[in-house]
Amino acid sequence: MSPDLWSLYALMLKSRLFEEAIAQLWHDGLISGEMHLGTGEEAIIAGVVTQLREGDAMALDHRGTAALLMRGVDPVLILHELLGNPDGLCGGMGGHMHLFSKEYLAASSGIVGAEGPTAVGFALSAQYLHPGAIAVAFFGDGAMNQGMLMESMNLASAWNLPVLFVCKDDGWAITTQSKSVTGGDLNERARGLGIPAAEVDGCDVSGVWEVSHSAIERARSGQGPTFLHARCVHFEGHFLGLQLIRIVRDPLREMPEIAVPLTQSFLRPGGAALRERLAGLKTVLAAVFSPLCDPRRDSANDPVRSARTILQSDPVRLQELEDQVEKEISSALASALVEVPS
Amino acid sequence: MRTMFFTQAVDDALAQAMADDPRIILFGEDIPLLRRNLLVRFGPRRVRGTPISESAFLGAGVAAAMAGLCPVVEMYMVDFLGVCMDALLNHAAKVEAFSGGKWTARVVVRAPCGGGYGDGGQHEPSLWGWLAHIPGLTVLVPSTPADAGGLMLAALQHNGPVIFLEHKLLSETWLEFLGSGARRTVQYDVPAEGAKGAVPQKWEPVPIGKAVLRRAGGDVTIVSVGVGVHRTLEAAEALEAEGISAGVLDLRTISPLDKTAVCEAVAQTGRLLVVDEDYEGFGLSGELSAVVLEAGISCKYARVCTQTTIPYARHLEDQILPNKQRINASVRQLMQ
Ligand SMILES: Cc1ncc(C[n+]2csc(CCOP(=O)(O)OP(=O)(O)O)c2C)c(N)n1
Ligand SMILES: [Mg+2]
Repeated sequence: MSPDLWSLYALMLKSRLFEEAIAQLWHDGLISGEMHLGTGEEAIIAGVVTQLREGDAMALDHRGTAALLMRGVDPVLILHELLGNPDGLCGGMGGHMHLFSKEYLAASSGIVGAEGPTAVGFALSAQYLHPGAIAVAFFGDGAMNQGMLMESMNLASAWNLPVLFVCKDDGWAITTQSKSVTGGDLNERARGLGIPAAEVDGCDVSGVWEVSHSAIERARSGQGPTFLHARCVHFEGHFLGLQLIRIVRDPLREMPEIAVPLTQSFLRPGGAALRERLAGLKTVLAAVFSPLCDPRRDSANDPVRSARTILQSDPVRLQELEDQVEKEISSALASALVEVPS
Repeated sequence: MRTMFFTQAVDDALAQAMADDPRIILFGEDIPLLRRNLLVRFGPRRVRGTPISESAFLGAGVAAAMAGLCPVVEMYMVDFLGVCMDALLNHAAKVEAFSGGKWTARVVVRAPCGGGYGDGGQHEPSLWGWLAHIPGLTVLVPSTPADAGGLMLAALQHNGPVIFLEHKLLSETWLEFLGSGARRTVQYDVPAEGAKGAVPQKWEPVPIGKAVLRRAGGDVTIVSVGVGVHRTLEAAEALEAEGISAGVLDLRTISPLDKTAVCEAVAQTGRLLVVDEDYEGFGLSGELSAVVLEAGISCKYARVCTQTTIPYARHLEDQILPNKQRINASVRQLMQ
C-alpha cells in the first residue's frame, strides 16, 4: 500500500484552515483561556490518523483538535465546544484541552504525559475486546521527560501492547528548549525499553504515512509497540499569544515591558557577582531572541506547503480540491457561528 | 509606601530573602523565563529550569531541603501536583514525624491556582483543602499583594514544607500568560484590591496561621480565602444596603487554621457562611463547621463552594464558582 497524497493534503489543509479560523475566534475573544494549535504538525497527525479504523483509539495531548477533526469528528461540534456552547462536542465542559469522543475512542488531556497511560489502557482493552485494534498516543518532546509516559512505554513493551507512541518533536516545551533539559537521545531511550524506534521527517506526510503504516501493521499483528519520532515546528509557538512570538511580531510594544524590570533587577545591589548575573542575562536574551532565528519562520518547514508543492503538477485538480476544502470549512464556521451564546 | 502587583510582590519578597540567604534556590519548568528578573540578579546557579518531570524535581526539592538548601519549587499549576503528590504526601509532610522531630524539609512549593478565566477543569481548581488535609503541610493562600509578599517571606523562614498558592485572577503575569495572551477582547472579573496594592518598603514576614478581619459586621461572619475574600467583600457591601451587617474574615492560611479568630467572630454573630472556591465536599468549608462545633459554639451555617468539575464555558464557570449572587442568597437565607 502507498499513501494517497491528494487525500492527505486535503485533510491537512482542512485542519489548517479550521485551526486558522479557531485562531481568529480566539483573537476575537470568543474562545477563552489558552489555545494550543496543531498548525505545523498536520503531517504527523494526518500520516497516522488516516490509517486508523473502527476500534482504534487515540490518546491526545493539549493539541488534540487536528487529530479529532481528521478522525472524522464533526467540525461544528468542535467549534461549538470551543465557543462554550451547550451543543458542543463535550457540552461546553471540556474546551480544547479536554476534547473527548467516545464514538472514536479518543481522549485528550491537558496533563503532560497522560497520553502514555491512556494509550496503554486503550491498547490493553483492545487486546481483550477488539483484537487487531491499536491505540495511538500523540505527545510532545517535553512529555518524554514525564515519568508516567516513560513508565507507560515500559509497560507497553513488557505486555507487548499494540501502541504507537508518536513524539511530535518541535524542540520546545513552552519557553524551554528541550535539549537543555533532556538527557540522551529519545530514540535510544525507547530502544532501551525494548521498543523499536523510527525517525521520520514530520514535514513529509507521505514519509510519516509509510513509517507509521508498518508500525501499525506490526501492532495489529501482535508484535508490540513502536516509537515514532517526528520533528515539526509550531508556527504559533506554544500557544496563541505567547510572548516570545509576540516579541518577534511587535518588538516595540513588547520589549520595554521586558527590558525595564530586567535591567532594574540586573543592577539591583545584593545578589550574585557580575559574572553570574551576566550568565543569567545571557540565558534570558537567548530565550527572548530565539524566535528570531527560529525554524518557525521558515516556510520550508510547513508540511501543508510541502505537500502542495508536489501536487502543483496538476493545478486544475489542486484548485478544485482547495475550493472544496475551503467551502467545507467556511460552511462549518458559518453554521457554528449562527447561534453563538452572547 | 510602594504599590505592587500581586506576583511582583511575591517575587520582590523572594528577591529580598534570596539576597539575605544564599541557600534559597529556585527551580521549575520555564523558570529562567518566568522568573527572568530573579535570574539576572541571582544567576543561573540559583534560578534553574527543569524538564517536565515533576515527581523527580519536587522529590529532589524535598530532599535538597533536608540536606540544607532552601528550595522554592515551582509547579506550573497546583493541578499538576497530581503527578507528583508522593513527594508531599509521603515525604515532605512526614520527615519531621518519622525522624522523631529531628529533621524537617524546609521547602516552599509555589503554584498558581484558581479559576475564572475559562481554562477548563484541569487548570482551574484550587485544591488547598486537598493539600491541607495532610498533617505536616502548611498551606498559604494570600489575597493581597502585601500578604502575598509577607507570607512568601514567612514561608521561606518556616521550618517545614509550605505550599504557597497564588490565585491566577490576582496574578498579573499568570492571567496574561494563560488567560488573555495580551488580547484586549477578553475581560475577567479581577478584584482590583487583590491584584494591586500597597506593600511595605522592606518586607516583614506576615505570621503564618493568622487570619485577618477585612470587614467588621455583627449579623453574619463570612469566612473566605483568596479571590473569595474579594467576592465576599463586594457582596457584603450590597448586603449593607439591605441592612445586613456582614463581617469578612480572610483566613490567609488554610493550614494551620486560625481557629481562635474564626470562633471569636462566629460567637459574636451566631451565623457562619464559608465562601470557598475549592471543592465543597470533605474540605475547608466542612472543616470550619467542625471547628465551631468543637468549640461549643451554636450557630447557623451555610457554604458557597465549588461542587463540580469546573466547566470550560465561561458562563457555566461563572455560575459554579462562588459569586456575589450566590453569596448574597446564602446570607439572606441565614438571616431568615
Ligand atoms: C504535568 C504537567 N506539567 C506541566 C504542564 C504545563 N505544560 C503544558 S504544555 C507544556 C509543554 C509541553 O511540551 P511538549 O510535550 O513538547 O508539547 P508541545 O507543547 O511542544 O507540543 C507544559 C510544561 C502540564 N500541562 N502538565
Ligand atoms: Mg514540544
